[in-house]
Amino acid sequence: MTIPTEAPTEAPPESPAETPDSPPDNARGGVGESPQRPDATLKVTGEFAYGSDLWMDDMLWGVTLRSPHPYARIRNIDIGEALATAGVFAVLTHEDVPGNKTFGLEIADQPVLAIDTVRYQGEPVALVAADHPEIARQAAKKIKVDYDVLEPVTDARTALGHSTPDLHGELAEEVTELSREAAHLHPQGNLVRHLKVRVGDPTPSADVVVVGEYHVGMQDQAFLGPEAGLAVPDDVGGVDLYIATQWLHVDQRQICAALNLRPDQVRLSLAGVGGAFGGREDLSMHVHGCLLALHTRKPIKMVYNREESFFGHVHRHPATMRYEHGADRDGTLVYVKAEIYLDGGAYASSTPAVVGNAGTMGLGPYVVPHIHVDCYGVYTNNPPCGAMRGFGSVQAAFAYEAQMDKLAASLGMDPVELRIVNAMAEGSLAPTGQIIDSAAPVVELLERLRAMPLPPALDSSDLRHLPGGVSNTTHGEGVRRGVGYAVAYKNVAFSEGYDDYSTARVRLEVVGGAPQATVHTAAAEVGQGLVTVEQQICRTELGVDTVVVQPKDTQVGSGGSTSASRQTYVTGGAVQAACHKVRERLLALTQDYLHETLHDLRLEGGMVVSDTRGAVASIADVLGAKALEETLEWRHRKTEPIDPEKGQGFAHVQYAFAAHRAVVDVDVELGLVKVVELACTQDVGKAINPDAVVGQIQGGSTQGMGLALMEEIQISEGKIRNPSFTDYLIPTILDTPPMPIEVLEYADPHAPYGLRGVGEAPTISSGPAVMAAIRDACGLELTRVPVRPEHIIDSGDGRGSRGEPKRRQP
Amino acid sequence: MRVTMTVNDEHHEVDDVWEGESLLYVLRERMGLPGSKNACEQGECGSCTVYVDGVTGCACLIAAGQAQGHHIVTVEGLATEDGLHPVQEAFIEAGAVQCGFCTPGLLVQTDDLLRRDPEPSDAEIREALAGNLCRCTGYEKILDAVRLAASRMKPEPGTLS
Ligand code: FES
Ligand code: FES
Repeated sequence: MTIPTEAPTEAPPESPAETPDSPPDNARGGVGESPQRPDATLKVTGEFAYGSDLWMDDMLWGVTLRSPHPYARIRNIDIGEALATAGVFAVLTHEDVPGNKTFGLEIADQPVLAIDTVRYQGEPVALVAADHPEIARQAAKKIKVDYDVLEPVTDARTALGHSTPDLHGELAEEVTELSREAAHLHPQGNLVRHLKVRVGDPTPSADVVVVGEYHVGMQDQAFLGPEAGLAVPDDVGGVDLYIATQWLHVDQRQICAALNLRPDQVRLSLAGVGGAFGGREDLSMHVHGCLLALHTRKPIKMVYNREESFFGHVHRHPATMRYEHGADRDGTLVYVKAEIYLDGGAYASSTPAVVGNAGTMGLGPYVVPHIHVDCYGVYTNNPPCGAMRGFGSVQAAFAYEAQMDKLAASLGMDPVELRIVNAMAEGSLAPTGQIIDSAAPVVELLERLRAMPLPPALDSSDLRHLPGGVSNTTHGEGVRRGVGYAVAYKNVAFSEGYDDYSTARVRLEVVGGAPQATVHTAAAEVGQGLVTVEQQICRTELGVDTVVVQPKDTQVGSGGSTSASRQTYVTGGAVQAACHKVRERLLALTQDYLHETLHDLRLEGGMVVSDTRGAVASIADVLGAKALEETLEWRHRKTEPIDPEKGQGFAHVQYAFAAHRAVVDVDVELGLVKVVELACTQDVGKAINPDAVVGQIQGGSTQGMGLALMEEIQISEGKIRNPSFTDYLIPTILDTPPMPIEVLEYADPHAPYGLRGVGEAPTISSGPAVMAAIRDACGLELTRVPVRPEHIIDSGDGRGSRGEPKRRQP
Repeated sequence: MRVTMTVNDEHHEVDDVWEGESLLYVLRERMGLPGSKNACEQGECGSCTVYVDGVTGCACLIAAGQAQGHHIVTVEGLATEDGLHPVQEAFIEAGAVQCGFCTPGLLVQTDDLLRRDPEPSDAEIREALAGNLCRCTGYEKILDAVRLAASRMKPEPGTLS
């Protein structure tokens, strides 16, 4: 299937036909179509209530006092003056946390409010509630915290006591004992996880060997809607929290533990979410808002501003990666050795899973007979890092794809050919020893990409097409074009034995004479369009036009996280399964209604339809006053933990594959880059909503491109130097090129409808393709992202002004 | 201080406004018009774009006092009794709305573009929307939406006030 970038859109579903005698059209807006999102009208009129829009008459504003230091002991906290400020209702510290004083997604190592130590700049220390946000902010400044400032640990290798290896020397010895030189930030030391993969010959040799060390900077999710929520106390010690989040139930579990309350006392509802991309998987103000609400007995609104948002959520792990690839003369890979350091910052968050992905997916979609990978997740005093779209794989892809290009150059091979020679296919062995047991069309993705027409040559008569644009930095002199390719490979859903499930409640009844389905899940809609997909599945499975999506809340079981490209798969699977149970009951009712047994019935267009006899009854007539409701949990195939010594095991349930071709114009004199086009091919198994698939690919591609070119939280001495949209740049419409897309649909027989998770893969390959294109244009190695102008500028001696070595030419 | 202004053709009067409060804060928190979004408060994202006397600007950069006596139009003022504004319809149909946080600002800015230039080229659309960040869509469907709206909107004389 080829989806043009200007896809026609479907008309909104109309009211169902009233007369059962004339069978209505097939349910409109089912699976495979692109109906309008149910929240679209509210979003274009400004009525959609995001977390920051919530409001109650008697509410107070909560603010957070954060540590200015990356690492310090707290000697004393004096809240007296703050508490005495007119308009202030409460000032709270760790002493006011009634339950567990620490929380965390996988490891509960992060204090709700700092206890005796702060481990990163921006760590929450105290809370204030007041009747105006400015009063609260001013009062927070009056809290006196006596800090004993310590030297922060800011480098991942140093934190582990590992030496920095010489680029051309041997890989570092495996380190078993932690250095005593770096301070231990947590009692168990600074290592969060060390993942090893050992496959084949431990001392392989090859005809051609290329080595490289690569660095990826810290990226921010930069969702547009900052963290926001409203906590409302009830009269009996419980609380309702309306919050923009990615996973209501994991929030609820952590909030209950911190507040020492039962789940029925902590009820969460999803407020409108202004984008997430991983940054809302951890708690932000959740416990804080609830604590203030319970203390003041008033509703508490908390909204971070942009600066606070940079301190208020985890970021993408920065990575330092050293790779060694060995291949035969014909390009066949013999071995890969990789050493990957992921700086997890002060608290664990999802670092173990990020290490799992980088370590097991970090060689890319290529068949490698001999493998030696060490992947480390490390505590430092840098900002905490955790989930962000494509995590683990995004970082590794910059390294493995740069290595593939370097290898191609050494062999005098075309980079696409080299990838094709080594591409995984269905039946290939992954580094975990798993057989890839559904489509892996890496070769086809590359071939289709290569066959797509290239954009026209640079038209330097229009400044807007040139690097630097209307800044008038060039009229075409010094501008060189480059083309680069990269391939993504990402595990979908939760891996390594995690009990990954979602819950759906589906109800079918007659409303106003027509059948109506209601679907209720707790799976967070963050902008991606899950609410539309839930409706589509109900329409297809139940043959109804009208599907009401219940607000997302904890009144129904967990939907799992809106992350890991998993919701359409797992919550989609749960909704489909619940629909099937409802349908079974409806068909049984139909037999009673018709007083006969028919075995070829299906639901379509509001009717019960027999394959042989056509429409036999209307769903409305069969149902009458009855409502059919089913709730169930649905799980994907079980995965298993990988073994700690060799990294083997059935760790991943599904893989997503995407490929990008980037075309860039680079002003090699000024180091400015204009991305001319970013083409993508992706296998999605089955496009449940083709327009939304394209939207995910385009949005994801843009985020990957942003990391390659501009997006970096700049840290020095553990401090964020650019916590604003003035200084942290994300791509604007001027930076973002046309993105032609071809979508393949090779069904995965293990997944609902054969679908494959979509959201992350395009974020993984777009950046490496852009980097490959820039290298192609300027001939430098460029081992660091985001690439900066000073890396690109050719100083005349064949090196960038920063001494970037010239790429070896074949 | 007391501030009065016309918002979406309605007269508004608010008391106890602090001097430091922005037009955006007053719209959102004092007038019950949260459609304009706050994503940066620095004039970098365009989520808070409104018309002030027919000219678009960032409400986060305008002090509430500066809006005294002026005519403001926000996203809430785009639709009419007859239904959605063509730009709103085009954004829905083109799939240009994902999380939607950028949408209010983009709608106002697009409306302004199409009033000034009913048939903008892609390069002109990009220039006009360069101050509006979107993190979800990669802008392709936003371009589609603007083209679609342009194809449907007939130029009308006069400007919005
Ligand atoms: S909030 Fe006004 S420009 Fe960002
Ligand atoms: S749709 Fe989410 S920021 Fe634009």
